[in-house]
Amino acid sequence: MSGNEAIAEGAIRAGCCFYAGYPITPQNELIGYMSVHMPENKRIFIQAESEIAAINMVFGASAAGSRAMTSSSSPGISLKQEGISYIAGAQLPAVIVNIMRAGPGLGNIWPAQSDYFQATRGGGNGEYRCIVLAPSSVQESFDMMFSAFNLADKYRNPVIVLGDGMLGQMMEPVWLPVAGCRLPVAVKKPWALTGCKEREQNIVKSFYMHEGDLEKFNLLLQKKYAQIMDSEQRYEEIDTKDAKIILVAYGSMARIAKSAVKSLRAKGIKTGLIRPITLWPFPVKAFQQANRQTGEQANYLSIEMSYGQMVEDVRLAVCGKARVEFLGRSGGGVPTEEEIIKKVNSIK
Amino acid sequence: MDKIYAHPKSLRNIQTHYCPGCGHGIAHRIIAEIVDELGIRERVIAVAPVGCAVIAYDYWDFDCSEAAHGRALAVATAIKRVRPENIVFTYQGDGDLAAIGTNETIHAANRGENLTVVFINNAVYGMTGGQMAPTTLLNQKTATTVKGREAGIHGYPLKISEMLALLPGVKYIERVSLHSPQEIIKTKKAIKQAFSNQIEGIGFSLVEVLSPCPTYWGMQPKEALDWIKEVMVKKFPLGRIK
Repeated sequence: MSGNEAIAEGAIRAGCCFYAGYPITPQNELIGYMSVHMPENKRIFIQAESEIAAINMVFGASAAGSRAMTSSSSPGISLKQEGISYIAGAQLPAVIVNIMRAGPGLGNIWPAQSDYFQATRGGGNGEYRCIVLAPSSVQESFDMMFSAFNLADKYRNPVIVLGDGMLGQMMEPVWLPVAGCRLPVAVKKPWALTGCKEREQNIVKSFYMHEGDLEKFNLLLQKKYAQIMDSEQRYEEIDTKDAKIILVAYGSMARIAKSAVKSLRAKGIKTGLIRPITLWPFPVKAFQQANRQTGEQANYLSIEMSYGQMVEDVRLAVCGKARVEFLGRSGGGVPTEEEIIKKVNSIK
Repeated sequence: MDKIYAHPKSLRNIQTHYCPGCGHGIAHRIIAEIVDELGIRERVIAVAPVGCAVIAYDYWDFDCSEAAHGRALAVATAIKRVRPENIVFTYQGDGDLAAIGTNETIHAANRGENLTVVFINNAVYGMTGGQMAPTTLLNQKTATTVKGREAGIHGYPLKISEMLALLPGVKYIERVSLHSPQEIIKTKKAIKQAFSNQIEGIGFSLVEVLSPCPTYWGMQPKEALDWIKEVMVKKFPLGRIK
């Protein structure tokens, strides 16, 4: 199946009970799949009148206690930012899938990773963070939906699954767990709006007007974010132990970087790869560990389908202790294996 | 002796933040009385607006959600779809429902969502300081139309209830007013109808309530009531629209 379909099927199996979306290329297979299979599984599917309506429907569904999700691609995700900020501010769990295309503006429909800043820095108004997961294969796209919903519920926080047009459109075989596990996972949500039967009134809101209240609430959010940074860093490491140069790439880009590592190793060049799986929290621990293992300091090369966004986090992670180089293309261009090899050879 | 007055259980017995002569307090109370009378306090979920009534949830004592400005009907759509057994209503002002949220309003209505909408039309933006609303009358002075609203520059007052009445998904629309005790009784009857419709599964029901805003109309409370009666109802005629 395609990456888009795998995400949709993963969401359904992970207990997504509510989906609202608006068509946009290159994620149309996702909304298409949901339109058929959500009702088939007695779940709610709404084709909304806009991306703005869709994210606010997710707000409502989540407020009512449902596992809720929306998906879109870059320009549509920009429209959703207001809603994502409200979801973060109201501490609602929600999953937002962004199958990135190239920008700015209408850009084009080719794959890109140029929404990294938007996804990892909040994106909407106010100070908040979304947990950002970056799958790099169709199988991982499927598997990751379980983590996405679980993390959203665990932290009552929006989770962004950040793919790109290449991953969304790519067809790969997917191992699906045995059928019959399509039941929503029951999570207790005492804060949800269900009607105030045998309890006090529940209010879902992000508004704190009294002096000092918002500051107190924001500190609570910061505490939660610190806990997430501490507990949820995820990454994959390949051949970092003895590497003189460690490539850093996520999503589809990591697939190409992986091939480059293999080719470079075959030529005797000690290369490794760190593939961040969580982009926020950024897997700082991977860099600390890589440093320990090499004994001597490796150099890093951040490879992105952008003009240099994740590289800023790599620089923060190595904290000036190593050389950090960058290779990137954007606007639909994808760095090739040959370009990576050439760049590595220019560094070593 | 029969008890003929009691404070509604669904309304907290606290002072509101509304200006003297504002209609919101009356509208809040009407809704609370209806929720009590229909026995739905434990089933009801309100979606509060952005605007003067943003903290309506501090006054009503039942489950409430916030919504971003204009998005109340998107939020309410999802709550009702997830919990069809609950009674879900939005409470929205003219800017919320008929300007920034026009899209959400039209499409929730067009999908025929089984929701109740209480639409407070006071022809002005209250919370932000009295700017022009989509429903501001021609020649009405506001903070952003200091010489009065001019059709050629600012467009015409938007009669969104009449527009919505064209949609097959809409089952009930009535325009009422708060300018006199008689009209308040009619307002309560209409809003109760809109709630009963939802309980019976009839579908999208909206009540537009003409409501005084003495502060931003630059009037005494009594003058504001008279202005509704003599001026506003000419542009926004009362009665059943659908």
